[in-house]
Amino acid sequence: MDIGWWGVVIAVLGGAIRIGTPFLFVSLGECLTEKSGRINLGLEGTLVMGAMTGYAVSLHSGSPWLGVVCAGLAGMVLGALHSWLCSFQRVNDIAVGIAMMLFGTGLAFFLGKPYIQPSAPRLPSIDLGAWSDIPQLKAALQINALFLIGIIVAIALGWMLKNTAWGLKVRVVGESSDAARALGLPVDRIRIMSTAQGGFLAGIGGSYLSLYYPFNWSEGLSSGQGLMAVALVIFARWQPMACLWVSLLWGGAAALGPSLQSVGITGGYYIFNAIPYIMTLAVMIITCSPRRTLVGVPHELTVTR
Amino acid sequence: MTDRVPPDLQAQGITKRFGPLVALKDVNFRLRSGQFHALLGENGAGKSTLVKCIMGYYHPDEGQILLDQQHVTIRSPRDAQAFGIGMVYQQFTLISNMTVLENLVISRAKLNPIINWQQEEAHLIQFMEKMPFKVSLSARVSSLAAGEKQKVEILKQLALQNRILILDEPTSVLTPQEADEMLGHLRAMTLAQQLSVLIITHKLREVAAFADEVTVLRKGQFVGSGKVSELKVSQMAEMMVGSEITAKPKQRTPRSTSVPKLVLQDIRIKDDLGVEVVRGVHLTIHEGEIVGVAGVSGNGQRELVEVLGGQRPATAGTIRVQDHLYQPTRKKIVRHKMVCLPEEPLQNTCVGHMTVAENLAFRNFDSAPHAMGGWLISRPALRRSAYGLIERYNIKPPYPDTPIRSLSGGNVQRAVLARELSADVEILIVANPCFGLDFLAMEEIRQQIVAVRNRGTAVLLVSEDLDEILELADRTVVMFNGQLVYETTSPAADLAVIGRHMTGHMA
Repeated sequence: MDIGWWGVVIAVLGGAIRIGTPFLFVSLGECLTEKSGRINLGLEGTLVMGAMTGYAVSLHSGSPWLGVVCAGLAGMVLGALHSWLCSFQRVNDIAVGIAMMLFGTGLAFFLGKPYIQPSAPRLPSIDLGAWSDIPQLKAALQINALFLIGIIVAIALGWMLKNTAWGLKVRVVGESSDAARALGLPVDRIRIMSTAQGGFLAGIGGSYLSLYYPFNWSEGLSSGQGLMAVALVIFARWQPMACLWVSLLWGGAAALGPSLQSVGITGGYYIFNAIPYIMTLAVMIITCSPRRTLVGVPHELTVTR
Repeated sequence: MTDRVPPDLQAQGITKRFGPLVALKDVNFRLRSGQFHALLGENGAGKSTLVKCIMGYYHPDEGQILLDQQHVTIRSPRDAQAFGIGMVYQQFTLISNMTVLENLVISRAKLNPIINWQQEEAHLIQFMEKMPFKVSLSARVSSLAAGEKQKVEILKQLALQNRILILDEPTSVLTPQEADEMLGHLRAMTLAQQLSVLIITHKLREVAAFADEVTVLRKGQFVGSGKVSELKVSQMAEMMVGSEITAKPKQRTPRSTSVPKLVLQDIRIKDDLGVEVVRGVHLTIHEGEIVGVAGVSGNGQRELVEVLGGQRPATAGTIRVQDHLYQPTRKKIVRHKMVCLPEEPLQNTCVGHMTVAENLAFRNFDSAPHAMGGWLISRPALRRSAYGLIERYNIKPPYPDTPIRSLSGGNVQRAVLARELSADVEILIVANPCFGLDFLAMEEIRQQIVAVRNRGTAVLLVSEDLDEILELADRTVVMFNGQLVYETTSPAADLAVIGRHMTGHMA
């Protein structure tokens, strides 16, 4: 059956989920970190490290899910290291973040050399399109369980930030470290824990890359997704649920090029592939004017102070 | 709230040193149960240090704190709260991105892991019914006026069941009406024996109207205390400053001309959030005239000063200087001799880590004798000029090579005045020039402003301190919600009418 242009739409929607899932995890991680008043640019490195760890563990143990968990733990270690370094006097979180980004990617390439060739077991997907007999729709509805877990994490994170003592403390620390100290809250400890948890989520995002889509381990795997997450979080106004929609938007944008290619439009392929980066640039230009303060921004963030 | 009476608080022989500096020396102080006590003193007299010792921020080197005659050790503000002592700081410690409800809940020592907002809200509504004033629990703190925020701070302390309330300069950001209302409520609660209150202040009017007893500190030492009913205001002032107050009325030369110097037409300005905060300001300032702009902070004054000083573009309107259209370029600033002294000069017009000499030369470092050919700067010449200004304006310490951020607030202000006023000035824009200065520095800077006026300069004085405006201005305008809503010539100025306009309650 020929579905013509609908094929593009379906492919973009399917791609939004498939490509958007790692964005979702990284941006949720960054969102939690930034809510506590720190920016972790090192998530790019965390993502790559998570991808490598996940792939390696999956290969050796035969269990991709164990790979996902270990990727999260690796991310957690990197996150904790970042925020531990930042908790010293006069240490700038942006500078540490860049260092951690280089450290994470470098370490992953170094440790990951042996894993470029072999093929690890892949994460299974859930076939939600079995009822349909349109092959494009079937392909688009092959959903990975991590996406569903990501939705649950987004909802849970939003709820926790609003309704739990822990969430309230994270927000206080992110809004005003002075007020937090006056309340007797351990500012550094809360930030270290938030950044470590954020790193955990970003590590899982990395394992999705190597264990599901694009499903390999190579050096160009993350292509800047960890950095783009910073822009995503700004665009999402630091709201976890908005992170979900924004991730899907970015995923859809990234899927546009391949989708058009699949119906035979190959002109401008590279331009279409650049759309997520162009969108990121546009968001940063629109939102980061020196004359304007963002609504909803945690006041302790160094880029906005 | 329980029905215990507030405890009797005593500080005996408190001494606190910071390195070689003795901030407090053998200070005694007593706050009786249910008393409204004022702690008077100039900036740097040790008032804040004393209350911080009581609150457990600092640990006194000598002396002890007694509650109901029992010796207690207070190691942290948390300890103080356990003893029922709470403090409202000058800088609000509320979290502006959160609601009042969230702020009140977060301040509790113990939080349930999962917060039941409905239950918390019901509980606080019940609590607030017993309070003399109310605040909407669902309001976001950033949307509240300063007076409302102050109320939230006080409610926060009372909700924690604190029976001794310490307030640091509680009325500095309030209008006279808001201040009287707030102090009146606290007064009523002390009379009902629900609360003891200690306020730190230098406003004698408020002390005379509301306090039972006063303790005066000067240079870290106890100089006296007594019942307010038995003291005259002039006696309290004398204890505070140390001698007869030398606030001579400033010598004003009467104006002969009425040449307009600075004309603002329909100025409109947007703030950082894109909200229009200055909404059509029209104002003319004449030669030899001080125009005071009164108003509660946050009504557009800051943005107006930023536009006049070239730190922010206006969205509409024109600025004319002596009939020329004005843009704040370096060239035009020099040509029209228009200078701006914004508030917090260290942040706004100085570079903190650069030296005093460099900061003093910001206006003329690129012209002779400081620079050859406009580009090669001569450090010896900079230092020579700096020595001259340091001597003339009495800047301390007198070293041109120290980073300016190591100077005290008064000396930074002197240095900025030296830079801006030593050359000819046609128009002077000045915002809150005496914020945080001690009495002598304050007097000196006010004298300078009047002296500049007497030389024929047009002065725009934006201040949150109404007394300062009434003292200095020839003409007073009130700014409310981005517009000038009231104008009066100062001798006829009525405090109550100005206050009503400041809060938007037109007479």
